[in-house]
Amino acid sequence: MKIIVAGETKEFKEGLTIAELIELEEVETPQYVTVSLNDEFVESGAFNNTALSDGDNVEFLYFMGGGR
Amino acid sequence: MISLLKSDFDKIVAHAKNELPNEACGLIAGTANGDDKEIKKVYLLTNTDHSNEHFSLDPKEQLEAIKDMRANGLSPLGNWHSHPETPSRPSEEDKRLAYDSRASYLILSLMDEDNPVINSFHIEKLISQKEDLIIK
Ligand SMILES: [Zn+2]
Repeated sequence: MKIIVAGETKEFKEGLTIAELIELEEVETPQYVTVSLNDEFVESGAFNNTALSDGDNVEFLYFMGGGR
Repeated sequence: MISLLKSDFDKIVAHAKNELPNEACGLIAGTANGDDKEIKKVYLLTNTDHSNEHFSLDPKEQLEAIKDMRANGLSPLGNWHSHPETPSRPSEEDKRLAYDSRASYLILSLMDEDNPVINSFHIEKLISQKEDLIIK
């Protein structure tokens, strides 16, 4: 199946979960990454049991912040 | 080296002044060729902390900005934020929360409101390094 990851269309095996995608894509510091699936944000607790479908659009967003 | 257009610098300064006394923040996008980065567009985002000591970018706005970058053939280059009362260098918390080692972190100091100072930093493993920033 084809999934659009950060704007790029890639081929993955059926039933791939968000957690597996994070590993395959070698996302740095995944604990600070917000994931959106078809423009909806996914809770990090749901990464393991959210399976992706053909045509899904996934984005990884780094938490960005700071303080003095 | 990283370059910023004078018009984009002015945009950042105007937005940051408008947000005083709170910190202001946003994203930067453009093109990168190795270590040579050219900022071609700046995004002014909401500081969801609404604080003069902290900032967090709104993930929804971040997502919109990323899509706009792609539509315009630009790459995300990093972010910017303001220091209303402190110098233009990363604080301990800024360094601790800088998770993207490929990003440039621009910090605008409004300590002297009439003479805003902006610097760019590379932050990796809690160590910050000033980058050459050219405003043109
Ligand atoms: Zn800061």
